[in-house]
Amino acid sequence: MSTISRDEVARVAGLARIDLTSDELDRLAGELDVIVQSVARISEVATADVPATSHPLPMFNVFRADVPEPSLPVADVLAGAPASEEGRFMVPQILEED
Amino acid sequence: MSISTHGPIDLIDYDEAVARFDPVFGIEVHVELGTKTKMFDSAPQVFGAEPNTAVSPTSLGLPGALPVVNGTAVEYAIRIGLALNCTIAETCRFARKNYFYPDVPKNFQTSQFDEPIAFDGYLDVELEDGTIFRVEIERAHMEEDAGKNTHVGGATGRIQGAEYSLVDYNRAGIPLVEIVTRPIEGGGARTPEIARAYVRSLRDIFRALEVSEARMERGNVRADVNLSLRATPESPLGTRSETKNVNSFRSVERAIRFEVSRQAALLAAGGVVVQETRHWHEDTGTTTAGRIKSDADDYRYFPEPDLLPIAPSREWVEEIRAGLPEMPVARRNRLQGDWAFADAEMRDVVNAGALDLIEATVAAGASPASARKWWMGELARVVKTTDGELEDLPITPVQVADLQGLVDSGALNDKLAKQVLEGVLAGEGSPQEVVTARGLGVVSDDGALLAAIDEALAAQPDVAEKIRGGKIAAVGSVVGGVMKATRGQADAGRVRALILEKLGVEG
Repeated sequence: MSTISRDEVARVAGLARIDLTSDELDRLAGELDVIVQSVARISEVATADVPATSHPLPMFNVFRADVPEPSLPVADVLAGAPASEEGRFMVPQILEED
Repeated sequence: MSISTHGPIDLIDYDEAVARFDPVFGIEVHVELGTKTKMFDSAPQVFGAEPNTAVSPTSLGLPGALPVVNGTAVEYAIRIGLALNCTIAETCRFARKNYFYPDVPKNFQTSQFDEPIAFDGYLDVELEDGTIFRVEIERAHMEEDAGKNTHVGGATGRIQGAEYSLVDYNRAGIPLVEIVTRPIEGGGARTPEIARAYVRSLRDIFRALEVSEARMERGNVRADVNLSLRATPESPLGTRSETKNVNSFRSVERAIRFEVSRQAALLAAGGVVVQETRHWHEDTGTTTAGRIKSDADDYRYFPEPDLLPIAPSREWVEEIRAGLPEMPVARRNRLQGDWAFADAEMRDVVNAGALDLIEATVAAGASPASARKWWMGELARVVKTTDGELEDLPITPVQVADLQGLVDSGALNDKLAKQVLEGVLAGEGSPQEVVTARGLGVVSDDGALLAAIDEALAAQPDVAEKIRGGKIAAVGSVVGGVMKATRGQADAGRVRALILEKLGVEG
């Protein structure tokens, strides 16, 4: 049974700003379905005593000391910017409020 | 997607609104932590730096840059959680909140979603009349701030009509803790006051914990205010509006009052409240419609794969708890006892933001009563003519204590001291410097005073007779004459004693 619909793929692609063709929507719906079903099978065999895992490494609390390092020079910061003004990145008109 | 509202908004009178409807509110407060570096990288945190001069590849979201958690920021978040009586999570994770906006360079904000570091707390908030109101805290989670957009072109620097925008990422990645309340019920007509007192209590706690300078005017503390109305306290919750970026105590109160009146007008007319974000306008005291909640609010949260979970050991949490400073309410009670201020006096001091100033003035040698007299008297009057706070006045607690010292030593009388205060506020230097520069010392040379007394007595011969005849109260008019002649620079008590001595009368 298919759990991922074509519409769902289109919606998520829209949220992620990924432009997909009609063919790609069909293909990805099928492929994502396989992934979801594989994960579902893992859920079947995992018993309640297996905690949900978000990371493969059994590590916690990797912290950095609160010691500042120099900023990137502003010339380097803006080197990759398509356009800049007064030391700031210039971006096209923003149409929606955050 | 954004809607502009034209024309006046229908409102009904606030008192009528709260008589007809039961307000329920919730507040999300963001506080910028005062760490030296950002949440996930070592770029320095500095206020007011030139644009894009406090950034690293990580805070710019450059490909390949990897975050590492700032341990101090985690400690500060735990401090806040403990101060708000929260449970500290045994383990928690960061998550990506995905959305597209130019001030978020990675196209996601690193935040916490289903596993906040602190949850299930409360804060007992003291209202102006001393009533205690408990605000339940749902959660406090860690996240990072966004950069700053400046809109160019158009009339007012607003997003509407702008031709393009400029982005500064200095603020991007600064550690934030977001504190979310549960729906707060039972406030009734006092809802706006409770909201204001809550945000103010949080600000005081952030400062006491030394986790943030918590300066509202710098945006260190920012509030989003949710408000809904329902027919009665038994009714289900109504649809809420979320007013964003309400950034002063007064605005929190005003924004809630406005939303109560606006929503009540809608509901009373048989309309509905739309679930939307609203923008607060400080100048007009109104809110206007922003974005309607939509599909784009699906942030597709997922666990941040680049960061490991955080599992604060119970030993660490207890160590932090043991090191928590005295909380503001306890400190207030202690100081009130030490200073012997009446309840009403103490409340006025706290509400005027004078507590720290008076404490520092007392520490610099002034008596509590005299410190209160200056800050709550002359200086409070001065600050009323400005838009600022007492702490922004160009005078330090040490200067106030020095000024009082000059009064106590007899070098200044009250009238002269006020002139010296004006001089200090005008930037003329320390109290002693103003005294010297303006030549304001009390005339303590008895010879000069006696000459002035002779003149004053000669001008009012009948008064001298009255005094000799036992009408001691009449001495006041002679003292007045001497004070006038010395342009206020005499010690009135000394003048009185000299007059009585001269006339051979027992004071």
